Amino acid sequence: MDEKTIKENIDVLRDVLISHVPFAKAINMQILDAKEREAWMSVPYDEKLIGNPDTGVIHGGVITSALDNVSGVAVQLALPERMAIATLDLRIDYMKPATPKLDLTTHAHCYKVTRNIAFVRGTAYHDDVDDPIATSVGAFMLAANRSMPPADAAEQGLIKKVEG
Amino acid sequence: MDILKQARDAGTKVDLTKLIDAIPYAKFIGIEVDQKGTEITTVLRFDPKIIGNPVLPALHGGVIGSFLETTAIMQLAYETGGEVLPKPIDLTIDYLRSGKPQDTFARARITKHGRRVANVHVEAWQDEHTKAIAAAHGHFLLKPPEDS
Repeated sequence: MDEKTIKENIDVLRDVLISHVPFAKAINMQILDAKEREAWMSVPYDEKLIGNPDTGVIHGGVITSALDNVSGVAVQLALPERMAIATLDLRIDYMKPATPKLDLTTHAHCYKVTRNIAFVRGTAYHDDVDDPIATSVGAFMLAANRSMPPADAAEQGLIKKVEG
Repeated sequence: MDILKQARDAGTKVDLTKLIDAIPYAKFIGIEVDQKGTEITTVLRFDPKIIGNPVLPALHGGVIGSFLETTAIMQLAYETGGEVLPKPIDLTIDYLRSGKPQDTFARARITKHGRRVANVHVEAWQDEHTKAIAAAHGHFLLKPPEDS
């Protein structure tokens, strides 16, 4: 997929990657932008997402969920075709509390794909990506519900080969 | 939080059922506390909205992470008796098995309890306690700095 194709297909992506994920819908997650290996998504502020009723700050778990989801989308955008992926691990560093009433923006970059694993970095912020609320690093298993690794499947012509 | 302060002032342990009910996000994703004596087990009630992969189907990884984090916070609130909720500094989640569409349980253990920071280990399971579906360890700030 080249960048133009991805941009043209954001509506399709939105449908496949968000609308079919019940929990992404439950917290009203939206795709803001996407390109090859990268995605930007938002979570609008909502009182049901509050983790500390004294301050109105959203729960750390909302940030975990948003970073897990945007990381998965970035992995999909780094693969030659959609396939089942599973989060192996995810580390979140919380830099500062989210500001009450502000929407959350998340960005993820899938910087490396190997035969079986994809590696992703993510950031959660309000307006300025250089002033993060939290950062994440995660690893995802590819073709998680298949018996054959994607590179082997590509060699056998079952799926399109991963470029680069 | 008032609930935490009242328990501290009265010199009693905090009522975790009341505490969890006071946290909107914990209620939203369906977390309950099942306490027997000093043994605290949290329960994540299954609901179709917490699914992340409808094809398998499997629970959303973020919800499992949220559940583990909340379990750690409950354990810390109970054991440390602080006046404010502990704040997560970092959390590393290992996903071991896909979360089936059913109730999930978790328990936390405080590995190290320092003056300002605690290290906590959490495990979540479904059918069998010995077959964890996810585990996490993380650091939590127990008392925010005076100027915050």
